[in-house]
Amino acid sequence: MSETNNITELKNVLEAALLTSHEPLSLEDMTRLFADRMERTTLRMLLDELKQDWSARTMELVQVASGYRFQARVEYATHLARLNPDKQVKYSRAVMETLAIIAYRQPVTRGDIEEIRGVAVNPNVMRQLQERDWVDVVGQREVPGRPSLYATTKHFLDDLNLRSLAELPPMEDFAQQEIPLDL
Amino acid sequence: MQTQLTLDARIHGEAFTELPHDLYIPPDALEVYLEAFEGPLDLLLYLIRKHNLDILDIPMADLTRQYMVYVEKMHAIKLELAGDYLLMSAMLIEIKSRMLLPKPAEIESEDDPRAELVRRLMEYEAIKLAAQRLDEMPKVGKAISVASAYYQHISEVKPPEVSLDDLAEAWRNVLKRASNFQHHKVGKAELSVREHMSIILRRLKTDHMLEFSQLFDVVQDGIPKLVVCFLAILELAREGLLRMTQQAPFSPIYVQINSHE
Repeated sequence: MSETNNITELKNVLEAALLTSHEPLSLEDMTRLFADRMERTTLRMLLDELKQDWSARTMELVQVASGYRFQARVEYATHLARLNPDKQVKYSRAVMETLAIIAYRQPVTRGDIEEIRGVAVNPNVMRQLQERDWVDVVGQREVPGRPSLYATTKHFLDDLNLRSLAELPPMEDFAQQEIPLDL
Repeated sequence: MQTQLTLDARIHGEAFTELPHDLYIPPDALEVYLEAFEGPLDLLLYLIRKHNLDILDIPMADLTRQYMVYVEKMHAIKLELAGDYLLMSAMLIEIKSRMLLPKPAEIESEDDPRAELVRRLMEYEAIKLAAQRLDEMPKVGKAISVASAYYQHISEVKPPEVSLDDLAEAWRNVLKRASNFQHHKVGKAELSVREHMSIILRRLKTDHMLEFSQLFDVVQDGIPKLVVCFLAILELAREGLLRMTQQAPFSPIYVQINSHE
């Protein structure tokens, strides 16, 4: 089976795969599309070109934590939201604060979360975050009781359009803008 | 802790009717409002921001008094959250009392009793703001719609690899199964009527015509085999492959291949 090395054809294969995939595709996933060996540098080059090709379209090629995906440009969000109006459920503040603690202070135990928030962690909150596949247990702290250590998942980064935790809004900003101080 | 609390409640017992002016909330909205706080730290932060208190120089008396008003309200409407809030009351009162104590001169550099509270308040506020930011960020399923075009799924069928070992293993299995199978039809194979039909035909091919009794080896063969042989002859005759002739009653019977001439 001979597959063409024609650049357009290679880009078409990538495009078809990315458009039909429900999850972001990693470079490794994409090398499997081709019977012949595909260098990562070549792949990146092709993806760059593909991104350019789509620059005037409604979909854009973006890179997130687990790979590349096509997504609708932000300007269409309001229109698209009208298709599923009941989807606009909000997470409670308890959920969001717990998520923020895990995201910024990970890996953390329930005790750590309780210490920062000053209230007991509602098991429901942790369940919601785990069911969403945003948070999981990455180990146990070696102290009596061996409490579980929680961390955020790649899926969390994907869903927030981030490539890594480093892209989270920096935390220091908040403290500085609200309370200028030196302790 | 409990005694301190009841003492405090008596001191501010009139808070139900005389809420501080800017703390007034319509009674039916109170429960919803109190539930909106995410805990004692959240409530304290609200009070500090609301009254423009300096977080680095918190007037403990004011803050504690206002805080207790809320906690009393929560207590009155039996809010489940009370436990965490009571713990905080105790902490506030402890800080306040430590501040009242005269400091021995030699421990001048002792930490401000409020330092730990301030640290926690600031950490919580940072997290609270971070949570708001996270909440505002566009997310998949809300502001972000991911492309997922339909495609006709065709699974690539690869012919499975077969090694010599696989083949040998398969053959062993066949043999094993066959032997199991054989077990259930004892002796049938060696006394097959069909087999004897072939043997007889082959003999007649070379000898053309045999006497009926020649087809039976009475000495060598046991009774079952003789019976099978007889059945084979009958079967061959029925199928018209043999012709049997007898000149007269009790004279020898001759068997030959029916050659359709």
